Amino acid sequence: MTFTQKHLLGIEPLHPSEITTLLDLADQYVDLNRRDVKRSDALAGLTQINMFFENSTRTQASFELAGKRLGADVMNMSMQASSIKKGETLIDTAMTLNAMHPDLLVVRHPHSGAVDLLAQKVNCAVLNAGDGRHEHPTQALLDALTIRRAKGRLHRLSIAICGDIAHSRVARSNIMLLGKMENRIRLIGPPTLMPAGIEHFGVEVFEDMREGLKDVDVVMMLRLQKERMDGGFIPSEREYYHRYGLDAEKLGFAKPDAIVMHPGPMNRGVEIDGTLADDINRSVIQEQVEMGVAVRMAAMDLLARNLRTRVEGQGVYV
Amino acid sequence: MTPTLITNVHLIDPQAGSVTHGALLIENGHIAAVGAEIAVPDGAHVIDGGGKHLAPGIVDIGVKVCEPGERHKESFKSAGLAAAAGGVTTIVTRPDTAPAIDSPETLEFVTRRANEAAPVRVVPMAALTKGRDGREMTEIGFLMDAGAVAFTDCDRVISDTKVFSRALTYARSLGALVIAHPQEPILSKGAAVTSGKFASLRGLPAVSPMAERMGLDRDIAIIEMTGAKYHADQITTARALPALERAKANGLDITAGTSIHHLTLNELDVADYRTFFKIKPPLRSEEDRMAVVEALRHGLIDTISSMHTPQDEESKRLPYEEAASGAVGLETFLPAALRLFHSGDLTLPQLFRAMALNPAKRLGLPQGRLSPGAPADLVLFDANAPFVLDRFKLHSKSKNTPFDGQRMQGKVQATFVGGKQIFGDA
Repeated sequence: MTFTQKHLLGIEPLHPSEITTLLDLADQYVDLNRRDVKRSDALAGLTQINMFFENSTRTQASFELAGKRLGADVMNMSMQASSIKKGETLIDTAMTLNAMHPDLLVVRHPHSGAVDLLAQKVNCAVLNAGDGRHEHPTQALLDALTIRRAKGRLHRLSIAICGDIAHSRVARSNIMLLGKMENRIRLIGPPTLMPAGIEHFGVEVFEDMREGLKDVDVVMMLRLQKERMDGGFIPSEREYYHRYGLDAEKLGFAKPDAIVMHPGPMNRGVEIDGTLADDINRSVIQEQVEMGVAVRMAAMDLLARNLRTRVEGQGVYV
Repeated sequence: MTPTLITNVHLIDPQAGSVTHGALLIENGHIAAVGAEIAVPDGAHVIDGGGKHLAPGIVDIGVKVCEPGERHKESFKSAGLAAAAGGVTTIVTRPDTAPAIDSPETLEFVTRRANEAAPVRVVPMAALTKGRDGREMTEIGFLMDAGAVAFTDCDRVISDTKVFSRALTYARSLGALVIAHPQEPILSKGAAVTSGKFASLRGLPAVSPMAERMGLDRDIAIIEMTGAKYHADQITTARALPALERAKANGLDITAGTSIHHLTLNELDVADYRTFFKIKPPLRSEEDRMAVVEALRHGLIDTISSMHTPQDEESKRLPYEEAASGAVGLETFLPAALRLFHSGDLTLPQLFRAMALNPAKRLGLPQGRLSPGAPADLVLFDANAPFVLDRFKLHSKSKNTPFDGQRMQGKVQATFVGGKQIFGDA
């Protein structure tokens, strides 16, 4: 098994075999999480700090739970309320935390590349929990695990990603991951929400949702941010729902056993029909949340192992 | 002053478009003779050029010296030393300081400080509107009397076309040169990179290269309306070039420049969010870069500037979107430009036409020429000498160069201003 990364900053630097390694380990943690006693000591004695410069309930809770189940000491810092308001720079904040010797740093930041910048300045392993419009690697990994468990494989699938691709780090990480694993990717959305030059990413782009969904195995819906709903990028919520909202009729164009995914939180009646989202035969949205904890446990476990190897091998972190 | 004879050099004459082996005689601060053989006058100081290149010193339009306001980033002294080390003999300073150079009083401060501190010639520009706010025009007449050679709001676009057209009309009546930044300001608002595959991959806010063409189109219409004398500070995209070509063919008084960074780097150099590559306008695609090099070769683009913009470490060590724009360029100007020579894209006379002759001509300065009677502002350089750039060895107070750690070719050996050697040990 191979996983040589020091940090998990994105899907881009990962090798396909590293993705497989991580997902295989995550499968084991899914089993652990379904037991009565959900404890492991993989991270015992290690300190995990969650630094969220942007609001998040779900991702932060998932990382916190993942760390606690592996026995780490977990601390949450809500950075919006703290020193950043007092004018401290990102790097100063990083250096300050670094001096407290954390082992794992989980960071979310509203600016693309900010987590990379921070990772250059600290000695611990850094996990990107979402940076601007750049990457959200654990989301892509949990999506991959969900697909692999539902479809029995993670290659040669036809996968549609629908909605606000332009502003979505989830879409970028998923395009990268699913592409590396040799799937066929179709992007569906209005041209105002499609990033420039996206056709060079080895994807097919569709403006018509029915055409785009034709015979796909997986339908991934993206969240449409509230601030983008009125006039700026799309004319209105209702026109968007009419053209790009997933309902049973549009889903009819996909394969009969196609699964429906959404990274959450959902806007019911905007990008997805509420009944469809709750349909346990089609929707795997709850599984995604479950896989999220397992994938984050696996990611932190693997990074911690590399951390320990370095400590023993080179004394870098002593 | 004793005459100085520089022998055994390859003379780059941008007017003649030639490189010839010979000698050059300096008397009383001016070039007295240029030729294959020049007899040594009595008591002359003779410099053996060692077969290297001698060219007119670079005239750099658009240098930011951070006085007044941010002297910790760059002073006239440090900028002057950097210029001398880079073969730049005239720096044409930008008014985007804090406060802006928008009155005869502030301009006087600049002139006084510059003469005290800088070893090279400093020629100031002034703002076109007060505070560079795009609302009221500055005292263009008084500012010209005080020595302003051109009027510009730098990277701020005057979006109110009424204000801009009146300022241009007024400037035209005085024969003043206006330098503008062609860019559609609303489309480019908040952008950190050029839109396209790379911007999408990195998830950075981007602007279409078309915003430059839109800005230029508007400006051309206003020049046609007002008859003003206009220079576009930086043309960096392929799609703006046909508009520029038409405007020139139609006889408008328009010239255009580009920056050395847009000629030698492209958007991919930003790589993993390297903020030293964040400049304004943002770096473009390789296709755009090649088109701009081509336009320079044909003379469609007239000038090259360093767009020297010092920024301290704090303003650059931030997430890409938040980081300040700009790069220092005075000292790396010549070696960077020589990349285009070594790659076979441009000849040395073509380079010096754009770096020295054309900027001087456009500003009405006597520099930039290698002919008798011209001021002896010269640069002696070895076009082939290789080195690896170490940013901490730059003379600028700010070290924000995109060329840190890069292999460069071409070293300045001596710089002369008014016949006086101000750099090097030749």
